[in-house]
Amino acid sequence: MAIQTALDFEQPIVEIERKLGEMRALSDGTGLKADGEIARLEKKLEQVREQTFSKLSGWQTVQLARHPRRPYTLDYIERLMPDFVELHGDRAYGDDHSIVAGLGRIGGVHAALIGHQKGRDTKDNIYRNFGMPQPEGYRKALRVMQTAERFGLPVITLVDTPGAFPGLGAEARGQAEAIARNLFEMARLKVPVVSVVIGEGGSGGALALAVADRVLMLRHAIYSVISPEGCASILFRDASRAQDAAEALKLTAGSLSELGIIDAIVDEPLGGAHRDWDGAASSLEKAVLSALEELLGQDPQERVAARIAKFERMGIFDAD
Amino acid sequence: MNWFRRSQPAIKPAEKKSSVPDGLWLKCKKCGTILYRKEVEANQHVCHNCNFHMRISSRVYRDILLDEGSFKEIGGELRSKDFLKFRDTEDYHKRIRHYEKRTGMNDAVLCGSGTMDGLPVAVALMDFFHFGGSVGSVVGEKIAQVIRLALEEKRPLLILSASGGMRMQESTMSLMQMAKVSALLTRLADAKLPFISLLTDPTTGGTSASYAMLGDVILAEPGALIGFAGPRVIKQTIGEDLPEGFQRAEFLLEHGFVDRIVARPELKQTIGELFRLLQGVPAPEKV
Ligand SMILES: [Zn+2]
Repeated sequence: MAIQTALDFEQPIVEIERKLGEMRALSDGTGLKADGEIARLEKKLEQVREQTFSKLSGWQTVQLARHPRRPYTLDYIERLMPDFVELHGDRAYGDDHSIVAGLGRIGGVHAALIGHQKGRDTKDNIYRNFGMPQPEGYRKALRVMQTAERFGLPVITLVDTPGAFPGLGAEARGQAEAIARNLFEMARLKVPVVSVVIGEGGSGGALALAVADRVLMLRHAIYSVISPEGCASILFRDASRAQDAAEALKLTAGSLSELGIIDAIVDEPLGGAHRDWDGAASSLEKAVLSALEELLGQDPQERVAARIAKFERMGIFDAD
Repeated sequence: MNWFRRSQPAIKPAEKKSSVPDGLWLKCKKCGTILYRKEVEANQHVCHNCNFHMRISSRVYRDILLDEGSFKEIGGELRSKDFLKFRDTEDYHKRIRHYEKRTGMNDAVLCGSGTMDGLPVAVALMDFFHFGGSVGSVVGEKIAQVIRLALEEKRPLLILSASGGMRMQESTMSLMQMAKVSALLTRLADAKLPFISLLTDPTTGGTSASYAMLGDVILAEPGALIGFAGPRVIKQTIGEDLPEGFQRAEFLLEHGFVDRIVARPELKQTIGELFRLLQGVPAPEKV
């Protein structure tokens, strides 16, 4: 599986892993003493991994964030909220499958969890609309958030979308209004809100689930005002310059943390979340629970005021 | 050396700039009629023949909407910063200077206080001629300032949108301006101060998907393009031509996302009256 879907820059790692596997099998099968060689390869593997993942380019991070084997919302739900009960529909028009919403327990804390959901294969992707919500998705999300608010349950959102869907129906049914409404209502939600960008944070379609007390980001996730491809074709006037756009947009967790746009980075297992779903899930669980613990201890009014103030501070400019 | 004093800023000539190019005559972009320029200006830049609402600058809107001499600007001292050292086909800091020179504005919104038929109001008037009305940190902060002013002085708020969306050169920080302004608008709602959103051509992208769609009352000028995704992107996605009138103000009215379409000459009276109705202010005495 890993070999089929390995990215270009992952190839050296995959190659060493393959050799190591062969060497181990040989050693087990023949009793041949290869301990020295195995140890050497293990050390090399660690070095190459460190080297590759300590200096990922913007574009490499984009590739990791979109990795076809990367865990999605439902994969995390399975691991973090095994008793998750999904709730469907926006009570107005339909049920959008690109957003999953429901209730469950995470580490004993009762909470609502809402996240974008991409598909794993073509059929699944058509069902999930490639993780690109229609207005109904955002309205379902808000409905479940407000249900959580009524019952005093904190809200956890997982962000992973290329963007809100640009279609005729989406426009006719108020895509802009649906996103705007979520920004407004999330800002004043009386319960704690923790958002984690787990993969692609695609513009307004991502932000509509991410006006939170704590915005966390997985190490190899991205968050941007526009896709590198869109930016390349509009600003660089050359669609093939997506890699340059990815650098210019400073869309990595590291850059966004420095800019104060996100509150914390959640580490991924070495080699990326797609190499170790359980490891990624447990890292995510720890980060969410620690944020929730802090937020649940705060006065609701003060928490809302602090949330609004946090976003109010955002912006970099000169005042002369 | 009076004539050389700095009190007369170098940007002054741009004040006169409007959507109408110089010359005695101009051609309506929609119906092609040749119009006498003076008459177009007197008609608030609306075509006599086909009612086409031409794009106009924030200063022209200020003069149309506010009582003469009542406007007091705020946030004019803020300057955009190229904090990402963003370079596409041009450096962002060069683009910033270019637009500052061209429009004489510090950024794509004109904010302040004033009166409408005597009623004190706070206004944010976006300007499509400045950087395509794109929203970066300065536009976000200026609108934030005008919301704070509305809260402090208990004024109703008008935001006029004319914007292609967020400013890509400020990347995710510009995206955050959507959350910033939307979050602050909750405080205006808590204070029970009315907010009217006026949508002009165009209002798209993140601007439409944030404060533009959050008005207690949402008005639009006739024919204005209003939508989340741009028509080109949608056309690309669905692979077919868009229906006639799609994403126009009339389409949004029909689909329930706009309260009223108001022709430019009626804007001031309509907005003032809505504010008075919402705030319990008696009707002005008939002259
Ligand atoms: Zn005309």
